[in-house]
Amino acid sequence: MTPKPVVNDPQGITVKQGLATLGFREVEDVRVGKYIEVNMEAENMHEARERVEAMCRQLLANHVIEDFHFEVDQVVHRDAHR
Amino acid sequence: MKFGVVVFPGTWSDRDCGWVIDQVVGAQLQYLWHKDADLKGSDCVILPGGFAYGDYLRTGAIARFAPVMQEIGEFADRGGLVWGICNGFQILCEAGLLPGALIRNASLEYRCEWTHLAVERTDLAFTSQCAEREVIRVPISHGEGSYFADPAVLSRLEQSGQVVFRYCDSGGRVVPGANPNGSLHNIAGIVNKRGNVLGMMPHPERCAEPELGGADGLKLFRSVAGGALKVLVS
Repeated sequence: MTPKPVVNDPQGITVKQGLATLGFREVEDVRVGKYIEVNMEAENMHEARERVEAMCRQLLANHVIEDFHFEVDQVVHRDAHR
Repeated sequence: MKFGVVVFPGTWSDRDCGWVIDQVVGAQLQYLWHKDADLKGSDCVILPGGFAYGDYLRTGAIARFAPVMQEIGEFADRGGLVWGICNGFQILCEAGLLPGALIRNASLEYRCEWTHLAVERTDLAFTSQCAEREVIRVPISHGEGSYFADPAVLSRLEQSGQVVFRYCDSGGRVVPGANPNGSLHNIAGIVNKRGNVLGMMPHPERCAEPELGGADGLKLFRSVAGGALKVLVS
């Protein structure tokens, strides 16, 4: 989740200033967001994506102020190796 | 007039609101637990300040799932008075009962200080005892009170006169210097279109007796309590 471009992000501005103080003057913009890990079961990647997108829309992100994007990684269940 | 004050785990202004209702205004008071699925005949439901459910994820994000919120949504739909103060305002926005969102203060600081508010609506149940264009002095206490809505929503709010309170200086001038948190258009409180759901960041319950440094907040409580009396008389 990251603040939408139109939303003022004072945390991002402060971090950018901190980076500039350390000499990272090439930094043009910093946006501070949130990272959430969800472990879940799904029949397939398509279903997993659909479910995660619904989670983002309904709770994990506030569409008024935040954009979201997500990645789905497949983790093979340990039992599958036995 | 029966006030219902909602208590979530993490709510901290419930007793302050209760004191004003019960001891200062002399209206009927009952506390509503977040798990209650019944508003017990409340005429006005207050969502007080605090950190409901620890403000996990976002302020107000988890509180909207409380059983009592389902009831409050239906109560608001029927025209019942719902009044969100501070965290209560954040919850009303997350629940979709009011438009917009409250984000981190522009200063990144938690601000606990007196503010002046220009009262822009006096035809509401919440503000009927305020004078036209009155300036009231009410404290704020929040880290995430910067009101945000996208330009289309903001212009709709302005056009339909839904901005009830705006941060101003002591002379009533709405200027950037009087804005404690970076709220767009200096917005401190808004009402829904119908006028029965009010959300405000400042704390009127903390300035309802002169001993607390000011009593302007009492006008809002008396407006609500008095409104019911008018209905009974007519």
